[in-house]
Amino acid sequence: MTSKPPPADPMLRRLAQLTISRRGLLGAAGLGAAATGLAACAPPLPPAGGPAAVKLPTDRSDTEKVVRWANWTAYLDYDEGTKKYPTLEAFIAKTGIKASYTEDIEDNDSYVNKVAPQLRAKQDIDRDIFTLTDWMAARVIRDGMVQPLDIIHMPNVGAMLEPLKDVSFDPGRTHSITWQSGFAGIGYNKAKVGRDLKSLDDLWADDLKGRVVVLSEFRDTAALIMQQQGVDISNPFTKVQIEKAFAEVDKRISDGHIRRVKGNSYLEDLKSGNALAGIVWSGDLFILRAETENPDWQFVIPESGGTLWSDNMMVPITSTHRKNAMALMNYYYDPAVAAKVAAYVNYICPVQGAQREMEKIDPELAKSPFIFPSADYIKQHNIQGFRALSPAEDAEYSAAWAKVVGN
Amino acid sequence: MTALAHTAGAGTHAGGPAPGQGRRRGGIAAYLLLLPGALWLVLFFLLPLIQLFAVSLQSGFPGYPGYYYRDVNAGNYLTAITQFAGHFGRSLLYAGLATFFAFVLAYPLAYAMAFKAGRWRNVMMIAVIAPFFTSFILRTIAWRQILADEGPVARVLNTLHLLPGGRITETWVAVVAGLTYNFLPFMVLPIYASLERADPKVIEAGGDLYANGFTTFRTVTLPVSLPGVIAGTLLTFIPAAGDYVNAELLGSDRSTKMVGNVIESQFFRVLGGFPVAAALSFTLMALILAMVFVYVRRFGTEELL
Repeated sequence: MTSKPPPADPMLRRLAQLTISRRGLLGAAGLGAAATGLAACAPPLPPAGGPAAVKLPTDRSDTEKVVRWANWTAYLDYDEGTKKYPTLEAFIAKTGIKASYTEDIEDNDSYVNKVAPQLRAKQDIDRDIFTLTDWMAARVIRDGMVQPLDIIHMPNVGAMLEPLKDVSFDPGRTHSITWQSGFAGIGYNKAKVGRDLKSLDDLWADDLKGRVVVLSEFRDTAALIMQQQGVDISNPFTKVQIEKAFAEVDKRISDGHIRRVKGNSYLEDLKSGNALAGIVWSGDLFILRAETENPDWQFVIPESGGTLWSDNMMVPITSTHRKNAMALMNYYYDPAVAAKVAAYVNYICPVQGAQREMEKIDPELAKSPFIFPSADYIKQHNIQGFRALSPAEDAEYSAAWAKVVGN
Repeated sequence: MTALAHTAGAGTHAGGPAPGQGRRRGGIAAYLLLLPGALWLVLFFLLPLIQLFAVSLQSGFPGYPGYYYRDVNAGNYLTAITQFAGHFGRSLLYAGLATFFAFVLAYPLAYAMAFKAGRWRNVMMIAVIAPFFTSFILRTIAWRQILADEGPVARVLNTLHLLPGGRITETWVAVVAGLTYNFLPFMVLPIYASLERADPKVIEAGGDLYANGFTTFRTVTLPVSLPGVIAGTLLTFIPAAGDYVNAELLGSDRSTKMVGNVIESQFFRVLGGFPVAAALSFTLMALILAMVFVYVRRFGTEELL
């Protein structure tokens, strides 16, 4: 072997750069096998991914009544008094399946990069459900790191919001079920900032220098900046356009305006007062407001627009409790349960009928555009989803972003 | 060793050893005694190290980020050294500063504990060790809160206009302070052990020979405690150079990152960064090993080598 791999067969390379469909990947594998025969020095083939190549582990759900769920911080209804998750406790009481819940996920990259080697080596990661954002869900589904789900065993899931039912990264929802959706926008402490923040320019005001935190994923932070720069993030944009947004973040970090770039733990900086404002996720600020009983915590969609994303529950390829996991997913699609969760987390509820249930819990919240946004609201505020990137773009932009945020 | 060999031999050979064989079996017993430790080291140190080295030479599969294949790609080391030279420099600098400050703080403390504390000695000992009862990460997070902009320290300093940047966290000062704090006990304890073991008569003799206090300290006490100082500096410098918790929790995103942080981000945040992360780990290890070797050769005593 030489010190650097020789460029692969151009044909193979082009195939690899396409958004890889199941068939595409298998095709590439076949061609690759031929190419390896021709050029002895070409690097060996990566293991072919995709469901066709995957052998599912034996499901032991019937004998082992457990399900282990990895999720993000402040993402499930929690009772400070009993230190328990009421809806999860109700699930345990109802089904007898011992569900354990951990707030493992700080951001998508750090979580998946940590477990990916184990999943590829088919080693158990002690989790039966993990919850990842759309783009990362796309990646783990493509890489064959999750198990297919049987929609037929989850009757409640039929109540999923129509736009979520058929997504580009998982047509027909065969591998993932939406947990919650949300917006990224500006969060701030109104009393301490002393005025309303309405746009990103307000966030870059001089008196906030060194008191701003931003999210560590470019699909949040750079996306909002792109929108401010007039780019439509849901449709094909150019490399130059995204790099312009990266440059803006780069400048703000260099001159010390942005204090830290963080995953879910940005909440601590807001709580401690190190940061007064930042680019944040919608639900978190409502939880912060409830926890601290301080109505000064505000969340706004910037005037130039906000982003819409979803997090998706999936069953890792090594889990032996797929049936239990599906029971849990099904349970959370019961509109009454979904309403209870939404009343706490304040994220967009993916379940039809939950709004009616919410009216019984809190009629005010049933009207909240942050939980039940109307199509008009989304249109008026220019809220968009970040478009799917091809694997090549994904790798390129991730690497560029990693440099910007000091990784 | 002979006694141990004998008991071991007695267990296996009831007939009693012939005089000539005792020595050979003594060897076997010694090896048997070494076995658990050696096995442990092979399993949990040597094998992972070999694996890490293998990873550090792997190449990423073109077009499939996150997949690797076996290779002899020394380019990873080149990337590690050229792209992250600043991080290496900062790691050594911060670890050096922390070691220095820890020494300056620890020596008088250890001295007081060994010679002046009297009945307070145990209380002081507990005060030094007590922080270990709580997790190192939790204590660092606590520091983050204490040093926060609206915390007591920053507020007082800001009122007195003594804080140039207006903040403490997210600066190198906070990182070095955190490192110093976290590794201080590792400096205090070996120095204390050395001083406590020192024969007071030797130190008294300095006075008897008309040396003043400072000269006695310089020519008698300090040399006597040198093994403790060397051990303390090593125990502080080595983990501090590889530390990433302090820089992560107390530092900023760019200007205070250390090698540990880059290794973490190459492993967990950069898709396809495993080989470079492994190369960084190996380079750091080699660098520290070389520095420690020179240091111990230059200042060390027989007790350490």
